Amino acid sequence: MNTSPYIIDNPAENDFRLNRQTLVDPAILVQERERIFNTCWIYAGHESEVRKPGDFVTRRVAGRPVIMCRDTGGDVRLYLNTCRHRGAQVCRERKGNTKRFYCFYHGWSYDCDGRLVAVPGDDAYPDSFDREELGLTEAPRFENYRGFWFACFDPSVPDLETYLAGAKEYIDLVVDQSPSGAMEIVTGVQEYDVEANWKLLVENSFDDYHLHSTHSTWLEYMKDAGVNIKVPKGGGLLLPKRGIGRNLGNGHAVIDNANFRGRPVAAWISIYGDDAKPIVEAAKAELVERLGEERAERVANTNRNLFVFPNLMINDGSSVTVRTFWPAAVDRMEVTAWAIGPVEESPEMRKVRLDAFLTFYGPGGFATPDDVEALMQVQQGIAETVNEVPWSVMTRGIAKTGEQLNSDELHLRTFWRRWNELMTGTQAAAQAAE
Amino acid sequence: MALAETKSAALAVTRAEVEDFLYHEAALLDDWRLDDWLELLTEDAHYLVPPNEAPESSFEDTLFIIADDIHRIRSRVKRLKSPDAHAEFPPSRTRRLITNVRILRTDGDEVTVAANFSVHRFRREGRGGEYVGHYVFRLRVTDDGFRIAERRAVLDSIELGALGAVSFIL
Repeated sequence: MNTSPYIIDNPAENDFRLNRQTLVDPAILVQERERIFNTCWIYAGHESEVRKPGDFVTRRVAGRPVIMCRDTGGDVRLYLNTCRHRGAQVCRERKGNTKRFYCFYHGWSYDCDGRLVAVPGDDAYPDSFDREELGLTEAPRFENYRGFWFACFDPSVPDLETYLAGAKEYIDLVVDQSPSGAMEIVTGVQEYDVEANWKLLVENSFDDYHLHSTHSTWLEYMKDAGVNIKVPKGGGLLLPKRGIGRNLGNGHAVIDNANFRGRPVAAWISIYGDDAKPIVEAAKAELVERLGEERAERVANTNRNLFVFPNLMINDGSSVTVRTFWPAAVDRMEVTAWAIGPVEESPEMRKVRLDAFLTFYGPGGFATPDDVEALMQVQQGIAETVNEVPWSVMTRGIAKTGEQLNSDELHLRTFWRRWNELMTGTQAAAQAAE
Repeated sequence: MALAETKSAALAVTRAEVEDFLYHEAALLDDWRLDDWLELLTEDAHYLVPPNEAPESSFEDTLFIIADDIHRIRSRVKRLKSPDAHAEFPPSRTRRLITNVRILRTDGDEVTVAANFSVHRFRREGRGGEYVGHYVFRLRVTDDGFRIAERRAVLDSIELGALGAVSFIL
């Protein structure tokens, strides 16, 4: 039994409850930014977004405006997007290629290696003025795993691979779809706000318990299109009865299911159209050839929703989506989502991938808008009732001794335990118990 | 001969005729008469909402917000009529203002037209938003009047942002 004000974590009594103040109290958000977003590795972007020297993208990472840029030596760098002179952002475009980042306020400019290269009227500065020390400031830590770049604003932390722990295995399952081991972000980023606390999207993104109630219209659509949505009888790992939830360490977790609905790589379903059948089958054959039957089956015929603590989801299901989110306020998050696929994918295969994406995911998909609605309903439901109804229940599967299902809540408890640990500085006694 | 007649009919299309059709379509959508709206579509129709990031792109190589063929359009309507389409239950109220209608070109029996839109969406407790942008319609001239072969709704906002979703027919 722990003494956190945030969670009651008592597996011995089969009890796990969550204090709803964690979802509505602005003071807790202030602490989260300090204790979580300033200390954890935060997803920044993918290598494919900056292919050539001078390529850049701008965005927010852990709330900070940044420029992710390929420098002249071919390395990916992450600069804070603020002029060293008086602070204006030095790059205002979403993406592009440049030799210079130019601050229009007083005309200072920087090259894509971050060096301060032009200061108008620099004869007015004293001798102590040193351009060398006034380059763009970089994130203290910036590392990648298989093309996924993460930043950390705490210089003292262990390296990214140590941090990722068991999540690496699941990133591998995504990247192994590519014969060359190189994936690319597809043009068409989806950026939308959700009027809900950010942690509700963590839960939702890998909560298979809600599938049948929240997404019945999507299941109906699949059925109408001739896709068998019933769990096949007999053995094998199958949704929802036999998919599993796993704790991957450091707050990361996954739900891992045998596929029986269709995946662009590489399980054809009628919805893709007859023309796509040989293309999808060829993708599967390539996997078998390269990875062997067993590994190919693992890559091609399992759906995995991977959560990398604290705010990255890589969902490999109807299509692969990379999704991150930032709490703009305690009751509003900004979501950024991309589609990602193998760089060598044929145009025909890419079309199938994107089409499959849109059946479920995204702000115009048949499922995501209903998720967004559910999270807003939670926020509206709890915001003004938290005094009368302070606790949420999160005990699905807690009494089990063995494997936990995807529709259990082990993976959600994994997130919340790590969150609690960072917020309170104490490890829940039950952490190891489950 | 029939083709030539059709072609000349298409070339004779006036802006007023196009406007009448677009206003009729807007009224059906605002009234949630979605089955009647489906009747306005051709058997090979597409409904497209390109991403804010790349409004001029193709859905074959770019991730759209919506890229429906006629089958998915029909599925979308079926879904929207269900109380289990939670994002649209209770259904939003919408009001579409369609302006600046222009005939861009005619090609065989098809006429391509552009129009600006401002779609106001209202939900409970002040939620909703204003979807502003332009349409590009490919309209086919048939014996029964215009039919929609493609409707592309292009949003002007830099990101979807506070609009959140495109859960109704934009």
